[in-house]
Order: sequence, then structure tokens, then C-alpha cells
Amino acid sequence: MSTTIAAGTKVDGVALSVLLFFFVLVTVGGFLAAKWRRPESMHSLDEWGLGGRGFGTIVTWFLLGGDLYTAYTFVAVPAAMFATGAVSGFFAVPYTIVVYPLIFIFMPRMWSVAHRHGYVTPADFVRGRYGSRGLSLAVAVTGLIATMPYIALQLVGIQAVLDTLGLGGTGNRFIKDLPLFIAFAVLAAYTYSSGLRAPALIAFVKDTLIYLVIVVAIIYVGVKIGFGDMFHAAEAKMATKTKTGAATGAFIPNDKTYWAYSSLAFGSALALFMYPHSMTAVLAGRSRNVIRRNAAILPVYSLMLGLLALLGFAAIAAKTNVIGSDGKPNAQLAVPHFFHDAFPSWFAGVAFAAIAIGALVPAAIMSIAASNLFTRNIYREFFKPDATPKQEAQVSKIVSLVVKFGALLFVLTLDKQNAINFQLLGGVWILQTIVAIVAGLYTRWFHRWALLTGWAVGMTYGTVMAYQQKSAATAHFGGSLAKFPFSHTTVYIGFSALVVNLVVSVVLTFVLRAFNAPVGADATSPEDYYSDSEGPAVRVLGTEGGLAEPGVARA
Amino acid sequence: MREPSPRRLPTGVAAAAGVLLIIPVLALLIVPLYAKKGPQLWGFPFFYWYQFLWVFLASGFTYSAYVLIGRARRGER
Repeated sequence: MSTTIAAGTKVDGVALSVLLFFFVLVTVGGFLAAKWRRPESMHSLDEWGLGGRGFGTIVTWFLLGGDLYTAYTFVAVPAAMFATGAVSGFFAVPYTIVVYPLIFIFMPRMWSVAHRHGYVTPADFVRGRYGSRGLSLAVAVTGLIATMPYIALQLVGIQAVLDTLGLGGTGNRFIKDLPLFIAFAVLAAYTYSSGLRAPALIAFVKDTLIYLVIVVAIIYVGVKIGFGDMFHAAEAKMATKTKTGAATGAFIPNDKTYWAYSSLAFGSALALFMYPHSMTAVLAGRSRNVIRRNAAILPVYSLMLGLLALLGFAAIAAKTNVIGSDGKPNAQLAVPHFFHDAFPSWFAGVAFAAIAIGALVPAAIMSIAASNLFTRNIYREFFKPDATPKQEAQVSKIVSLVVKFGALLFVLTLDKQNAINFQLLGGVWILQTIVAIVAGLYTRWFHRWALLTGWAVGMTYGTVMAYQQKSAATAHFGGSLAKFPFSHTTVYIGFSALVVNLVVSVVLTFVLRAFNAPVGADATSPEDYYSDSEGPAVRVLGTEGGLAEPGVARA
Repeated sequence: MREPSPRRLPTGVAAAAGVLLIIPVLALLIVPLYAKKGPQLWGFPFFYWYQFLWVFLASGFTYSAYVLIGRARRGER
């Protein structure tokens, strides 16, 4: 089994075989998923794109867990811990804890109104609530451009694993990229045929592997390295001065970085459930209670994420070498290399399978969410208002292929740093949809034109600020922190942009209301936000303007 | 068992659930509360074990809010 692909690169045959075994297993599962809770017909977005809107607590738990905790997180969070410590890495723990009370509060309302009106995407809701095609398009486009680089980054996770296995060498470009290409082609094929059921089923495998791997790894660290020694090694590294005289990183945030740490945690938590793919997994739930119960049990994943983050410190203590097969140091390799050095090949293979499958699940859900956005809010809205459910499903399936190959091309042809920059920007961008969506769940007070302007200002401000950040490695997009406007406090750019957005939206709403600008029709009614699955589900297929009672729009 | 469509919660219940949900958020977002090294636990600095502890506490608080809301809903009938 041990062969060499490119000159000088040794392939770890045992680990590769284990990885291939699990890959074949999930591929079979992915195709069989179409038969799971078999619907009468797969030819609608409710079935293909939302798995029939019938997932219970357990399936939703695996689906949301598989969706929100991506391979990129598994690789990037420990990598950030390894490179610069707590402020850039460990904030992921409070971030993924704080997000659940927020989901508990907001998402049942979203679920109810979406259930009543047959909404599939957040932009569907905005369209119905504000009667504004412009605002709906803004939300849809933001979702699309924020999701695309996120899918691309899942590939970066797989690449780190393949590189560690010795498949990433500097040999023939075509052979080097072939494994990634095959993995994505197979993923695209079963997502096409099974829709959301495929990632829902595969998520079981992914999470079982991840939990197994993390438990073993933490026991290993406790016994072989010792937690005390691990933290000492990390503290020593973070305190070491770099060439510029600054410390390498932060072991524990200090008074200059308190706001950075908490705004990163809070801003990311707000962004997380605005992403189209989290919305997709939430709307696939069977009832409001499925969502609330999940908000209480999903933090278990944050425990796992926190332990995984500590492996970045373990790699420091173990003096893990992070030189890639291209000869350059790359912190993203910290965790894969740590497993490769510390464990027998077969177990390293299990860990690599966990990371690789951990990339496939969210990539599938994200591509489904992106295609639903395109189909509902661009194709049907602007090109074919009379599209049948079957046509919608067909367009979505094709778009899901386009989206995945787009992401693949993105990673293969552009510098990897671009994908990381865009993902950073994606978080800033998606936060700008929050005023329209979350405020819209509670009130129609905001004016649609004010929201659109606030969105545009927030997007521009966030993009410019992110562009201006320098770091040792890059001239632009050097980080996600900048000074809050008119202050010297460093905070998360997305958070500042959201505040700017909110201020603009509030001020302009007052102005527009003073001039009696037309508020647009509201297709929803107050009780829609409380309805549960027992109530009648209304599928509204046509455009919804004009359905509203006159009084509701001003409520 | 058919449940009627839930309506708006009684104000007291909604406020209590709100408090249960805001506690974990504040406990983690007020960073000076826990950005320190000691006391240590099994070699973990306070900063790290405090946040791990809140994984479980947040889950407990959120579940309490869930139970509270569920009881209020059942009590309506």
C-alpha cells in the first residue's frame, strides 16, 4: 500500500486506508440517504432542501452540530491557539456557548413564521415581512457571498489532512489535486440525489468519530504531557517576544484585549445563526420544541471544540513541527501533524477521517443553503415567478453542483489566503443582515429603505476596515480586529459595522416615517410568530405582496 | 396529543426565562470576571476551566428556561 506519488513524498498507507474506508462508508450512506424517511416525491425544496421539515431532536442535534462545527473550525481554531493563543483562538468557546441562548430566543419565531408561510431562506422571510424585493435581494446576495468562501475553506481542512498523509507533495499539479477533486465530486453527486438527508445521515458518522478522537487525544495529553506542563509550554511561547518586540500571542486576555475577546465571541455568535446554512438546519426541524431542546443540548459540542482548541497548546508542548510538504511552515498543520506524530498510523487515520468527513457535512449543507437562496430569491423572484416546486428543486440541485465546483476552483486556482480573507469578510458581511432579520421577527418599526441603507453602509464600512488591517504576513485583511469608531478600544470589525448599520437604520427610519415614505406590505400576521407544527402549515407559492391586512404593516 | 398553537407567554414566565438565558451570556462576555490564572484546577488556569464549566452551566440554564416555558404552556390548558 505504501507508494510514492511525487518524488520525496512518503504516503502513509495505513492511515490512508483507514481514511478511504470511512470515505467509502459515508459515500454509501450519502446515496442511501435518499431512501431515508422516503418522501412521496423529492421534487420540491421542502423535501430536497429541508429534508421534509420533519427532523426530530436527535437528528437535528447531529445535523446542527455537523453544520456549525466545521472542519475549518477543527483545523483553524487549534491553529490559532498554536500560533497566537487565546484571543484569536479560544474565543470560539464562549462564542459557541453564547450562541445557544440567542438561538433559543430568536429561532423558534423564525421557525414558526417560516413554517406558516413556506419560507425556505432568510431572504424569503424578509421578502414577506417587508414586501421589499431590494432588501430581500440584499439579504440573499449577502448570504451567497458569505457562504461561498466558507465552503471553499472546508477544502482547506481536507487539504491539511491530505498534506499530512503525504498526498500534498510538490509533484504533478493534477495528481496532487486529484484526491480533493474526487472527494468533492462524490460529495456533489450524493448531495444532488439525496439533498439535506445526505449530510443529516453522514453527520452521525462524523460526530461519532470526532468524539472518539477527542476523548482519546485528551487522555493522551493528560497522561503523556500533563495539563500543567501543556499550559506552561503555551504560556512560555505566548510571552516570547517576536522580532518587532511584541509578545507572540495571548495566554490569557489582558485589559487591552477584554473587548476584543468578548466582541469576537458575541459578534461571531450573532453571525453564526444568520448564516443561511444554520437557518436551513433549523428550519428542517419538526417543531419549535425541537429547536429549544437543541439549544440546551448543543453546547456539548462546545466542550469538544474547547478540548480540540487545547490540542493547539498540546502541539506547542509536544514541539510539533508544522512544516508542510511544500517546505513552508503552516500553523493549519498543527493538529494533523500532532496526531500523526503522537499516535499509531491507524488511529491517525481515524482522526484524519473525522476531519475530512467533518468538512463534507457542512460543505453539503452550505451548498444546499446557497442553492436555495439562489433559487428562491433570485431565480423565482426575478426570472421565473411562476416556477413550480419541481422546477425550484431542479434549479437548486444544479446550482448546488455549480456552487461546489466554484468553491473547488476558488481553492485550486487562487491563493489559499484569499479564501481565508473572504471567510473573515463573510462573517462581517452576514452580520449586516441581522438588523433586517432579527428586528423583523419582533417589529415592523424599521423602514425597509432605512434597513437597506444601513446594510449598505455596514457592508462598506466592514469591508474597508477589514481591508486596512495589516499583519506581519499580509498587507491587507491582516485580522478581524480594529479600533471602534471614535475610541481607542480594539473590537471585532463585524461588531463595529453592525453598530454603524443599526444607527443608520434607526435614524433613517425616523426620517422616512416623518416623510410618510411607503412602508410596503407585510404578508405575516402576529400569530404566525407563535404557531407550532400542529397549526395549519400554509404554503404560499406566489408573490406575497397584497395579502397583508392594511393595519398590520404599521404594527 | 394535540396541543393548541402556543400564544404569547405570561409576562412573568417570559421575564424569568429571559433572566435564565441572559446569565450565561453575561458570565462569558464580561471577560475581566475570569481573565486570570488562579485558582488552578488539575493544571488548568482559571481562565480555561471557568469557560469549560460554563459549557455545562449554560446548558443547564437553557434547559431550565425550556422546562419553565413548557410548564407555562401546559398550565394554560
